Amino acid sequence: MRIIAIIERILKELFRDKRTLALMFIAPILVMLLMSVIFNTNSVTNVTVGTVGVSSKVTNEIKKIKHVHLKTYQTQEKAKHALTKQKIDAVIKQNGHNYHIMYANTDATKTAKVKLAFQNALTISNVKALKQALSKSTQANTQLKAQILALEQKVTQQKVKKQKAAQSPQSQKAAKISNTYVYGDHNTGYYDKILPILMSFFVFFFVFLISGMALLKERTSGTLNRLLATPVKRSVIIFGYMLSYGILAVIQTILIVLIVVWLLDIEVVGSMIAVVIMNLLLALVALAFGILLSTFANSEFQMMQFIPLVIVPQIFFSGLVPLDTMPTWIKALSYLIPLKYSGEAINGIILHGTSIFDLGFEITMLLLFLVILTSLNIWGLRRYRKV
Amino acid sequence: MQTNILELEHLAKSFGKKRVLADINLTVIPGEIIGLIGPSGAGKSTVIKIALGMEVATNGTAKIFQKEMPNRQLLSDIGYMAQTDALYMSLTGYENLHFFGVMKGLKASKLASAIEYVAAVVNLTADLNRRVVEYSGGMMRRLSLAIALLGDPQLLILDEPTVGIDPALRQQIWAELGRIKMTGRSILITTHVMDEAELVDRVALLLDGTVMAFDTPQKLKQLYQVDSVEKVFLKAEGVETCES
Ligand SMILES: Nc1ncnc2c1ncn2[C@@H]1O[C@H](COP(=O)(O)OP(=O)(O)OP(=O)(O)O)[C@@H](O)[C@H]1O
Ligand SMILES: [Mg+2]
Repeated sequence: MRIIAIIERILKELFRDKRTLALMFIAPILVMLLMSVIFNTNSVTNVTVGTVGVSSKVTNEIKKIKHVHLKTYQTQEKAKHALTKQKIDAVIKQNGHNYHIMYANTDATKTAKVKLAFQNALTISNVKALKQALSKSTQANTQLKAQILALEQKVTQQKVKKQKAAQSPQSQKAAKISNTYVYGDHNTGYYDKILPILMSFFVFFFVFLISGMALLKERTSGTLNRLLATPVKRSVIIFGYMLSYGILAVIQTILIVLIVVWLLDIEVVGSMIAVVIMNLLLALVALAFGILLSTFANSEFQMMQFIPLVIVPQIFFSGLVPLDTMPTWIKALSYLIPLKYSGEAINGIILHGTSIFDLGFEITMLLLFLVILTSLNIWGLRRYRKV
Repeated sequence: MQTNILELEHLAKSFGKKRVLADINLTVIPGEIIGLIGPSGAGKSTVIKIALGMEVATNGTAKIFQKEMPNRQLLSDIGYMAQTDALYMSLTGYENLHFFGVMKGLKASKLASAIEYVAAVVNLTADLNRRVVEYSGGMMRRLSLAIALLGDPQLLILDEPTVGIDPALRQQIWAELGRIKMTGRSILITTHVMDEAELVDRVALLLDGTVMAFDTPQKLKQLYQVDSVEKVFLKAEGVETCES
């Protein structure tokens, strides 16, 4: 089988080229580690939270959280005053069962921290409340058992039903939390939103770089011509490249995703496998894209020149900047950017737990890119052999 | 009528406005060696590339095995050696031969013995397991030739195969080309070495975009009234030979 021989050859060449291997695996790790150091230092920021009328159950839990300080205010006005004077980073106010949080939001990390801390505190206090309710109901149950022994069957059954109905309603209802921001909104520099996009961007960037180099070398060294002087099909050459670099892209992508998720401690609400799959799809698109662009370059340096031209602009469309307010032509342009689809999809999975089965549109678009780019690549080899 | 292995009819080729080939007619019959000679830049490599379908002719047709080129399937029976050594430098000589053998469609069972044979022809058997980066220029040329010889192709197209190869080995290679010819296979070869041109069956002299002369070395020498192909070449080019 020719395709297997091609894959074997490419992998053999690659594993003997230590520099390229290093670029593929060590460079992304270094970049990710650097990123983790930079982003993680932000997470130990101290925040001070002001509370107005929040029940002691919750405030006690907030106090227990590291790097979070608590100040209790008698009135909303006093708390707001402290907020504008930057003495505190957020004000939490309880209205019966609901909470309202106002963030200063000048530092997005602090906002995120408060949000998380409050949610944790609330969850813990809820869990405790549930535990209490549970022990109460166990008590009730034992009482009932005694009654069961004493009373006749029919009567008891009715009573049990009534008892159960009476027990349930209280603490089960989830507390409503509403947020307001003194500065910006919930999108402002929210790291959890940036990281998934940066991760996809790195996947795209590194795969693009290596695959572009690959076919370029084959072409400039003349081996492509020699290869095309044998009866091998053009499509077999392209698929051979896609598969062998695809294997490497799989490893690289998994590596990047794992590092980002674990080192940066990102909370993945959805499925981790879905995150890897979406990134893989993006990596394959990057692979095909790199091979395509390499046909327009005559040297490694010319390949590098594509980076500021076609790679960097992608990041603007990837979801880092909201596109809703952009001019129509920019919005139209964004549909041609693969990173836009993967960015949206991966954000959905990580932040909102979107199922991969609900990402049909994004997956279809990425597959479409893949098919079109691969066909273009096969067609592009006609430059060197017409059949 | 004789069947032609290679047949070029009225080939013309221009790169942009630059006309390289004007009207090329050339035939190769079974069991013959054709030498394509001409000054540097005359378009020898271009003729070969068009014949193989790697360049598109502006005009005219190229047929190999009586089928019009480009034709992918026919390539399995053509051994091509380009002017530049296109080799995978990080692979060993053996790995290069193996890879191109598979690409040419050689059966796995035949491949090992085929590699062994061609390696012996170019005297590379001892160096097969070294990486090509470590090869000398001549060794790369020989490996390149060995790849072209793989699989006993019916037609060999060799673009300056003996550049950088020492006289003893060159003799050995020509002996092999002679053997190939004896089995009824054909060879089209370009060269700048004029005593090699004496060894071919017919010489095609490429000049000004046309085949100026196409005949056996003896007939050409008679025609130009000189005693070597080298002098035919010089006379055709209009260079004064320093003869007293
Ligand atoms: N891809 C190309 N684009 C433009 N011009 C080309 C191209 N390939 C060849 N040429 C031109 O065509 C002419 C013939 O080139 P070719 O390589 O066929 O010469 P040649 O006879 O093989 O020379 P040599 O003996 O030096 O190998 C040259 O003038 C060259 O500049
Ligand atoms: Mg040439």
